Amino acid sequence: MNVTTDLDTRFRAAAVAEGLVDVRYDVVASPVGDLHVAATGRGLCRISYRCDAWEEELARGFGARVLRAPLDDVRRELDEYFEGRRRSFDLPLDLRVAEFPAAVLQELAQVPYGRTDTYGGLAARAGRPRAARAVGTIMNRNPIPIVLPCHRIVGANGALTGYAGGLDVKRRLLELEGAIFQG
Amino acid sequence: MGTMATPQVPPFERFYLMHRDEVLGYLRRLLGARAEDAWQETFLRALRAYGRLEHGRHLRAWVFTIATNVALDELRVTKRTVPQVDLEPAVELQRDAFRELEHLTGALPPTERAAVVLRYGYDLPYAQIADALGSSEEAARAAASSGVRRLRRTHERDH
Repeated sequence: MNVTTDLDTRFRAAAVAEGLVDVRYDVVASPVGDLHVAATGRGLCRISYRCDAWEEELARGFGARVLRAPLDDVRRELDEYFEGRRRSFDLPLDLRVAEFPAAVLQELAQVPYGRTDTYGGLAARAGRPRAARAVGTIMNRNPIPIVLPCHRIVGANGALTGYAGGLDVKRRLLELEGAIFQG
Repeated sequence: MGTMATPQVPPFERFYLMHRDEVLGYLRRLLGARAEDAWQETFLRALRAYGRLEHGRHLRAWVFTIATNVALDELRVTKRTVPQVDLEPAVELQRDAFRELEHLTGALPPTERAAVVLRYGYDLPYAQIADALGSSEEAARAAASSGVRRLRRTHERDH
């Protein structure tokens, strides 16, 4: 006895409407692969390039009531971004990080579309100029890549260094924004 | 002495995907065409309680318990008591025998229907059926036994 798509959709909508879900997630197709996106009642809380043990990670971070359900606003803004029609995001965020990472991510959010900054530069603007390595770690653990644009942070010599989604993805995002030229 | 690791509560999505189909099947057997609303109510109730679960043990029996409560509410069974003392000898069915009688379960009184379907349709042990019915294990066994006898009588009468 299989649950029909219609019945399944109605249940998921009712669960969200009743506010019974700790965190819901969706999968958004993009030119850099499928993006796993998640939001709590407060806002967007995760974007991930990888999907292994994704529900478990969400449960650990936000509660066991994890449910897949449409995140239309997130999908729309990401679509617009990848179509080149959006330069910044208007989505509310639910960031649950310590004080320094929060300060760094807040500064990161100010790096404009199509521009890059360095780990050291970001560290300085977050008030700890010698913390470039710590900033590297914070970029690596960025819970909401793309929307918090850690792809715009590069090495002091301009090298792309690392990216959770892989260097190819970082390069494509910077190309999309016109920050580097396709080579 | 090793200790058994307590299973964690899985993310609700996994729990839901694992049980949604068989719970709908169960409710169809109990409620027929009214099963869909009861199915949604079952998983909404599960979701309401899910954040308070302390471990991931017996989740299948747990969701069957919720489904049974929803179904018996729907069937307006207010008196959940089943015979505590069963004077007749307990009867058990083989799986094949149940398949032959399965189509007749709709005519059983609701608690007997739930007990029989949980026992033979879903292989739940009597301890878990007792939880689902909110009764003692002995009473759950009696309800299933009585249901089986009733099924057999109906079957013999029709043949």
